[in-house]
Amino acid sequence: MSSKPIQNGIDRRSFLKAAGITGSAFVLGCFSSETMAGPILNVSTGPELTLANAHELTPFVLIEKSGRITLMNPRPEIGQGTYQSVPALIAEELEVSLDNVVIKQTGGETKFGGLWSQAVGGSGSIRGGYFQMRKIGASARDMLIKAASQQWNVPTEECYAKEASVFHRPSGKKLSYGELVDVASTLEVPKEPKLKDPNDFKILGTSAPRPDTPMKVKGQAMFGIDSKLPGMLYASVERCPVLGSNLVNFDASESLKVKGVQKAVKVERVVGKNRYEGVAVVADTYWAALKGRKALKIQWNHNGYDSFSTADFENKLRDLAKNEGVTGHKTGEFNQAFNEAPVKLEAFYETPIVSHSTMEPMNALAHYQAGDKVDLWVSSQGGDLVRDEVAKVLKIPADNINVHIMFNGGGFGRRLTQDFATEAALLSKTIGKPVKVVWTREDDTTQGPFRPMTFSAMRGALSANGQAIALQHKVISPSIDATMGETYDKTKPDGTMLEGTSEQKYEIPNVSTQYVHADIHIPLSYWRSVTSSTLAFSHECFLDEMAHKAGKDPMDFRLAMLTKDSDTKRVLQKLKELSGWDKPLPAGKGRGVAQWEFFAGLAGQVVEVSKTNSGGVKVDKVYCVIDLGTVVNPDTVKAQVEGAIAMALTAATKDSITFEKGQAVETNFDKNRMLRIHEMPEVNVLILAEGGSTIKGVGEPGLPPLAPALANAVFAATGKRIRRLPFDIEKV
Amino acid sequence: MNEAMSLIKLTINNQAHTVDIDPDMPLLWVIRDVVGLTGTKFGCGVSQCGACTVHLNGSPIRSCSFPASAAVGQKITTIEGISKEGDHPVQKAWVAHQVPQCGYCQSGQIMSAVALLKQTPKPTDSDIDAAMQGNICRCGTYNRIRQAIHSAAADIATPAKSPKSTPKLGKR
Repeated sequence: MSSKPIQNGIDRRSFLKAAGITGSAFVLGCFSSETMAGPILNVSTGPELTLANAHELTPFVLIEKSGRITLMNPRPEIGQGTYQSVPALIAEELEVSLDNVVIKQTGGETKFGGLWSQAVGGSGSIRGGYFQMRKIGASARDMLIKAASQQWNVPTEECYAKEASVFHRPSGKKLSYGELVDVASTLEVPKEPKLKDPNDFKILGTSAPRPDTPMKVKGQAMFGIDSKLPGMLYASVERCPVLGSNLVNFDASESLKVKGVQKAVKVERVVGKNRYEGVAVVADTYWAALKGRKALKIQWNHNGYDSFSTADFENKLRDLAKNEGVTGHKTGEFNQAFNEAPVKLEAFYETPIVSHSTMEPMNALAHYQAGDKVDLWVSSQGGDLVRDEVAKVLKIPADNINVHIMFNGGGFGRRLTQDFATEAALLSKTIGKPVKVVWTREDDTTQGPFRPMTFSAMRGALSANGQAIALQHKVISPSIDATMGETYDKTKPDGTMLEGTSEQKYEIPNVSTQYVHADIHIPLSYWRSVTSSTLAFSHECFLDEMAHKAGKDPMDFRLAMLTKDSDTKRVLQKLKELSGWDKPLPAGKGRGVAQWEFFAGLAGQVVEVSKTNSGGVKVDKVYCVIDLGTVVNPDTVKAQVEGAIAMALTAATKDSITFEKGQAVETNFDKNRMLRIHEMPEVNVLILAEGGSTIKGVGEPGLPPLAPALANAVFAATGKRIRRLPFDIEKV
Repeated sequence: MNEAMSLIKLTINNQAHTVDIDPDMPLLWVIRDVVGLTGTKFGCGVSQCGACTVHLNGSPIRSCSFPASAAVGQKITTIEGISKEGDHPVQKAWVAHQVPQCGYCQSGQIMSAVALLKQTPKPTDSDIDAAMQGNICRCGTYNRIRQAIHSAAADIATPAKSPKSTPKLGKR
């Protein structure tokens, strides 16, 4: 069920492979010194590197004679803590404190790895880098130790590294890394350096504070939107509210009368295979650009898309549900088992399109220069992705593109698509000056790409004694790959759109998954936990319906289907304990459980709700057990789970993006509401990090179980089944 | 459409600035693009998210919807102006509780929290709900924000407990 590679889009499998998750070996780059000429403008406000006296021990480790150490972080910081957790992997083995290093983001340069190795997505940064980054640190450490042993003419075994120095154990002699770097940089990079015993870890496994926090509380952290260049112009782009339209003509005469407005030009926005046209107003200030944009007169050709509505599309999906789908997964004989079963259930679940709504709207600063060279300052989930996409769209060599990755004001998958970067680069080329494009919140909310909606037709069967004997999950939906990729094969099951449905460990003898595809012209993309964010809801709520039909406790019903040892079983057992599942709740309260295992990892949650006087429910508490195998920073893991819960709760109980007459109805936070502080439940997280070879992801697994656990809790408290999201929590 | 530019005088973080702008330009863009203080963020442009929160004479306002010309002669404080070293009790509490994730909304969150504590030194949870409801955090740092505000309130009440002396609220 692999998804096909898609042009200008994202192929998950090759992504995970490149991210190191499937075990591709990492090759240490050549360590020619001073290859990074000139200052590195980057996220932090620390001193710029001049590199006059710096040496690269590996491309990721730069040591200056002064002793200053710079670690290159290939994973953009989008809030998930990779600015700490990834350099920590290097620092641990290098024997340096993160307090004494400068951390810089890589910009997609090939010496740091191939495509997708400098991107963040799929909860892959730690999974992909855990051994790779440690090896880099260990190699550099071994080179420094070797340099010292040569200098002292003693065996390397008598030397050890500690606090950025190498010590000679018998004599107590010491040389700092700065003193050793000249010699160390001439040595061969060890291919298989010895990694530390985890018992000796000083940083990994501790809740070390994040080095970006002080910058972020002082307003000093530099996000893409904060980038600035001398002579830079600002742009705001009018794109047609009806997606799929093209530009017929425009009249900018009124716009050009606005003081500060310099030009109005046509600009293309590339989103996967989709090319949209817009009119950019370029001005001395962003305010002038906005005013000039409002004064534009534009004629669009809607190509028939102005009759599109999500209400009609939903009816189409309900119709399509009657069709036999393409089989994704098959265990046993579902049809036969279902037909012959004494107890049968069917239910239909519906989830909507939602926006990513990162707090920092999309933006990019591009400077197109002579010789087809481009510098870009962007909040993006991958410097390598920016390079690749800008090279394709502008048809210039990737090596001409210099990407400066800034702190991302949220990512959630939205910044895996680089439309804002190519748009800025095209504009700078047209205008001939540095141009910063800043999207408005309305642009950000209405233009996509969005999380796809999925509808699910569920069928299940129970034996006479209430055991689950058959389960079918048929997904009816538009597809990410189909809307983004140049080619799409409808005869094959869409792995992304069936995500997770065949990965659950329940021992049900007859399981079938099917996919029914529905065409849509709206661009769709990855949203935190991708399709698991919707399919876990239908799957795990339906299991609750089966448990209820069987007259069994929902937790016990699940555990009864997990007789073999598995991570899922351990998670549910721990969750049962953590949440005090067996302790009855007072009247008016209810609890629900759900778990989900998928490509990114595994977590289970119990949600407790209480009925309100006004006919709704309040979410009191969420218990979460997340299974990781190995934990790098427990506090950032907890923060990720808290965040995933807030995001899932927003998607489940707030607003979706709906379309009428081809246009998104929800345009800003007034109608596309986000969870606010008074709505945030108490969160209790337990991290399972009990070793083992599998390292699971952090950023996404906390999200999928929330909606089903919540809906199941609502049923327990009120007897009302929630089968459609979002639902109004104030009026259940 | 008002196309005239005019010189207006603004006092931001106790510093006088004379800026030549379109008088209906929102304060946010003056602060960010003209004066060059980028700690204050653009989130929604319609006073819905609070990312652009600054203080006008000590009270929180949404600078994205506040014409710069209306701030003439008044005292504007941004995230860069609440402490010299980033050691305001609220900032210290934010670090202690590791509040920020992406951090984009946090300048606005901190400005709202500082204003809350000035008015209500010992806020209850419902005081916090009321004062902080206008600030969206998409990363979901709300529980930590609540804890950090309680910690900062305790720190302000008994500053001796903290290792470094902290600037008194409202004295800046």
